[in-house]
Amino acid sequence: MSATRASAPPHQHRAVDLVRPGRPVPTLIRHLAVAAGAALVVLLVSYQLDSYRNFQLATVAAYLCATAGLTILTGLCGQLSLGHGALMATGAYTVALCQSAFFDRGVTSGSVLLLSLVAAVAVTVTVGLVVGVAAARLRGPYLAGLTLAVAVVVPALTVTFDGVFNGEQGLAVPLAPAPQGLGVYFPHERWQLWVAAGATLLCLVVLANLVRSRYGRLFRAVRDDEVAARLAGIHVARTQVIAFVVSAAGAGLGGALLAVLAQSVSPGAFGLTLSLFLLMAVVIGGLGRLAGAVWGAFLLVALPDLTHSLTNLFTLSPAAAQRLEGNLPLAIFGATLIVVMIAAPGGVQGLLSRLTRALRARWPAGRS
Amino acid sequence: MTADLLTADSLAAGYGPVPVLHGVDLRVPAGTIAAVIGANGAGKTTLLRTLSGMLRPTAGRILLDGQDLRGTPVEQLVRRGVAHVPEGRGVIGELTVEENLRLGALWRRDRRDAARALDEVYQLFAPLASRRRHLGHQLSGGERQMLALGRALVGRPRLLLLDEPSLGLAPRVVAQTMALLRRLRDDTGLTVLLVEQNVRSALAVADQGIVMSLGRVVLAAPAERLRDDADLRHAYLGF
Amino acid sequence: MDRFLFLTLDGLSRGAVYAAFALALVLIWRAGRIVNFAQGAMAVAAAYVAYSVTAATGSYWLGFGAALLAGLLLGAVVDIAVMRLVDHRSPLNPVIVALGLVLLIQAVLGMLYGNEYRPAQAPFSRTALAVGGTAVLSPYDLFVFAAVGVVGAALVWIFTRTAIGLRMRAAAFAPEVSRLLGVNVGGMLTLGWALASGVGALAAMLVIPTELGLHPHAMDLVFVSAFTAAVLGGLDSPPGAVVGGLGVGLLLSYVSGYAGGDLIPLAVLALLLTVLLLRPGGLFAPVTARRV
Repeated sequence: MSATRASAPPHQHRAVDLVRPGRPVPTLIRHLAVAAGAALVVLLVSYQLDSYRNFQLATVAAYLCATAGLTILTGLCGQLSLGHGALMATGAYTVALCQSAFFDRGVTSGSVLLLSLVAAVAVTVTVGLVVGVAAARLRGPYLAGLTLAVAVVVPALTVTFDGVFNGEQGLAVPLAPAPQGLGVYFPHERWQLWVAAGATLLCLVVLANLVRSRYGRLFRAVRDDEVAARLAGIHVARTQVIAFVVSAAGAGLGGALLAVLAQSVSPGAFGLTLSLFLLMAVVIGGLGRLAGAVWGAFLLVALPDLTHSLTNLFTLSPAAAQRLEGNLPLAIFGATLIVVMIAAPGGVQGLLSRLTRALRARWPAGRS
Repeated sequence: MTADLLTADSLAAGYGPVPVLHGVDLRVPAGTIAAVIGANGAGKTTLLRTLSGMLRPTAGRILLDGQDLRGTPVEQLVRRGVAHVPEGRGVIGELTVEENLRLGALWRRDRRDAARALDEVYQLFAPLASRRRHLGHQLSGGERQMLALGRALVGRPRLLLLDEPSLGLAPRVVAQTMALLRRLRDDTGLTVLLVEQNVRSALAVADQGIVMSLGRVVLAAPAERLRDDADLRHAYLGF
Repeated sequence: MDRFLFLTLDGLSRGAVYAAFALALVLIWRAGRIVNFAQGAMAVAAAYVAYSVTAATGSYWLGFGAALLAGLLLGAVVDIAVMRLVDHRSPLNPVIVALGLVLLIQAVLGMLYGNEYRPAQAPFSRTALAVGGTAVLSPYDLFVFAAVGVVGAALVWIFTRTAIGLRMRAAAFAPEVSRLLGVNVGGMLTLGWALASGVGALAAMLVIPTELGLHPHAMDLVFVSAFTAAVLGGLDSPPGAVVGGLGVGLLLSYVSGYAGGDLIPLAVLALLLTVLLLRPGGLFAPVTARRV
């Protein structure tokens, strides 16, 4: 995917030059080409998979927005956020409120979804700005503590202000059906996948370009040594706020897409656990690599599915099965997070890079 | 001279992939003072850190009184009679003078002798006695020096490893410290290995001078020879 | 006025628990420069041990003792089996690992006991005694004050009067020098984790009967409140943690008494945000040097 290329480590440059002599292709064009290729693949795949798999893939796309955003913040800029679940909730509730407002006024065209998504990103960016300004003054455990408080408190607000957010019940997200032009029997899930994948690819192209831009270098400079960055004339606080806002935009879009997919939002889906999931996905995928965010997003969807099939292998009482099903993925996530942090801090993508490097060392003629 | 208290045989050590010491040999007879001298980056501090077990040697062995120290954890070394006063002297600024000193004797089983050693240190360093309740970071440089030395002495060590005791101190305080080391050697038979940049004052008290350069011992000679033989001094010490 | 007095005393009782929990956070922060984000989950695990022991034996006090013991052991195990193996060069790593522990512990508790609230027994009546016609303190509140007071005094005694306390402080301030002086620094760190986790378990045992009941997530908001208390007092200062804990307890009691219990989470967040923006080092922070 586009992200893979964005995170190509410097040591690959030589190999790339061998394959493609002459002037390098501009970054934006390259990312757009990769995104177009990925879009084509998704298009083809969407016709091959059944509707449940389409829906799952759409969920992966939604999570990918959030994990990619968090990768920028935590992996690239070195700031830990446990509040991205809450930011996703912000995006999700904004979409729900916007869509309801449109439908209440009789505007039921499919294109208003675009407006709602833009509004969701805008509102999340605003919230992200507030948290980010506070966060930019904080270090390490203080930042983690503040964002943890955000993650715990924000879902509780839906109950405090249940006039607007309808408490634990949550809100419905009214949606227009797939466009008529696609035919009457066009599966709704395929349409959802198209919407989610389109939005996600756009988001990834923007993020991948950002990583390769001046800002990407600023983020890394701030992450590696704040004092040195400051001495080099970098406005550290401003850089950190920008990183926070960018990643908030990703989380907001991701949350909005999740709401669109589920066609409802409720606080239970956006608790502290979701924030920890996102963090885990980013860490396991590989901190600081957008390709790692892809791995993480897949894992977030695949692992509960796997544990579901796993628990089905045993015959359990319904109560025990329910306990196990709800908690086993969490336990596996938690244990994986610990093991990965101890054994392979580079995550899946780090292991892959090491592997390809080792292979290339063995066969120097191998293409990149 | 009696037997060697400390022996290092072709000792090698380094930080990660960077080797610092290359085959260092040295022997320090019991009841003598040896001064390790040399330029910045010669590996003097690394040598001390390796001797006290903070740094694992990559090759060679260290013998204390004939016993191999390999595999002895740092925490156990003080129980074998080795006291290491690190560079910058390692006074714990957040603890009081009294607590710093007590810490030096906490490992000892013989509580009565530990209390006696504490009293002796207060007699030896009178300024410390009047500042028992002061925090370590409130002390002057000279007082910290006394505290660090005193803390090492309450453990009644056989071997004292001193890293740059003259660093940042007034010449008068340096002279007092060196005189104290000589007195301890003569009175209690203490063996001292000190690392110094201040060559003159180190050689003034030492029995043996060990010159290091680029991670090797280039010369080990009686201190008076290094002091008096101008050719030798020119060749190895540059003055 | 009566209401104000009642809310104040109730707030102090609540604050005493926050103070104990904040103290546990400060202990580990001082020992190893780690904020133990798993503290809440570990404390809940200890409370579940108490639940099982009480259910099996019928004795609250056996369960209480078992929870404290389980807390101590869990702290030591977490340090030896997990935290010691983590690369501490990046401050992010221990935080992330602690969060992994949160997921793991809460999931295991959910698997064993189910994700529903279980009633938690209080050893003393929670109805406030009336003095001169005014409801003031319940016997349970007095028990909370006594328990936190005893533990606080014991910690002060351990750290300032005993040889092991001196070793623990030295190991925290200057690990390398302490090793040269024969202090087993790793062991002291493990002991610090055990003590802190034991104090955390006590706080959980005290607070859970006053809330909705026993649940894998029962300490989430308590953790945030206690973290706020610890930050308010400055993460480095045990007396600060106690003052911060009492302050947070009072504030939350007034908020829930005068404005409604729904607003408690928002009040915690607002307080934390205010403290972090105005005095990130806490109320008792010494002036720190500019870093550039």
